[in-house]
Amino acid sequence: MSSIVIQGDTSGSITVEAPSVAGTHTLTLPKATGNIATDATVGLGTKNLIINGDMRIAQRGTSASGLTSSGYHTVDRMEFQIGSMGTWTMSQDSDVPTGQGFGKSFKLACTTADASPAASDSLAVNYKMEGQDIQHLAYGTASAKSLTLSFWVKSNKTGTYINELVNTDVGKQISKSYTISSADTWEKKTMTFAGDTVSGFTNDNNLSMYLRFYFGAGTDLTSGTLNTSWATTVNANRAVGQVNLADSTSNYINITGVQLEIGENATPFENRMYSQELAMCERYFQKIDGGFGVGTASTNVQLNVVMRVPMRANPSASVTTLRITDMTTADHQATSATISLSNISSTASRTNCGGFTGLTTSRPYTLVGSGTSAAPILFSAEL
Amino acid sequence: MNYKLQQDNENNVTSIQVTKDDGTVWSIPLDKDNVDYQEYLAWVAKGNTPEPADE
Repeated sequence: MSSIVIQGDTSGSITVEAPSVAGTHTLTLPKATGNIATDATVGLGTKNLIINGDMRIAQRGTSASGLTSSGYHTVDRMEFQIGSMGTWTMSQDSDVPTGQGFGKSFKLACTTADASPAASDSLAVNYKMEGQDIQHLAYGTASAKSLTLSFWVKSNKTGTYINELVNTDVGKQISKSYTISSADTWEKKTMTFAGDTVSGFTNDNNLSMYLRFYFGAGTDLTSGTLNTSWATTVNANRAVGQVNLADSTSNYINITGVQLEIGENATPFENRMYSQELAMCERYFQKIDGGFGVGTASTNVQLNVVMRVPMRANPSASVTTLRITDMTTADHQATSATISLSNISSTASRTNCGGFTGLTTSRPYTLVGSGTSAAPILFSAEL
Repeated sequence: MNYKLQQDNENNVTSIQVTKDDGTVWSIPLDKDNVDYQEYLAWVAKGNTPEPADE
């Protein structure tokens, strides 16, 4: 076997070997500057650990205003997290970096400012991961993989921002900072988090790690020294240096193209099919607009619905307006419908829905979950 | 948070109703992996009591 060895200027080398078989084999290098990915440096296959990193799925709606409480309000998988730090509108926005192939971003816009946050205040967006989805990071072993985060960001508020990874199974975290240099300009940011060779993740369907984008933090989170290697969580060391995005109603931030991948290099964003991305989102949230049932009283119907995708856990359910039909004589609408789960799994549910008038006991009904005076049943199994 | 028990025709508690801070009303299954149920259990552990189910 023939080989070429390229010696490093201080230590180390790279060996390029030719195969020990007959024939001429041509390897053409790309006409670009960058890093060549190998299976030792990046996670091949589904490399991006972030679902909906391009923000194109927004099942709950494209805009929610007056936000003062945490939760999933618009873009799927992106949890708004707030602790008494102004009032916000969160939206799925069409403002994206030019020429990068993205169609959507999430946007946070401040509508009530908090220029002097209390010590315990905070403002962030979280992305949460199941333990069983990150076992391949080999945390808790000598082979623990580094993770590189890349994303595009735009804001009028320049300065230092903090991201962190938190291992919720053991109460450890690691933070990294980045700088928004130019106001109102899309910038790509990358940062690498070392793997944790000491502590691993529980191998189940519950929360094990989350990625947090800080946008504001009180002194409880900023009064120490930024922790840039895995360590037991000390709140004061988590968001040191973070600017206050909540200090003016002129402030906003857009983010898209979020990718978290194995390795120490940021590779191009992994574009997945819309149907694939939606199905992955539906593991955590679904809107079901069809199902069958039977009247159990003049006001109630027992509806049986099947999930499109098995959900992470038995989901919670919510309704506002419901419309059902017996397909022969009449539709019935409940404008203030109620729902009570009586038998549920991650794939199907039997729900007792009330608020109707004039139903007939034992008569079959079908759910009309879309169209005039109708709304789907919402199922949530978020982390 | 405002919690209320939900039961079936045989008076078995089958789920928990919660009104969240944003005003939405949810029915929560009795599943330890469901984060809403985990929050409910934590709320009870603090000494709170849910409203009884409708008769």
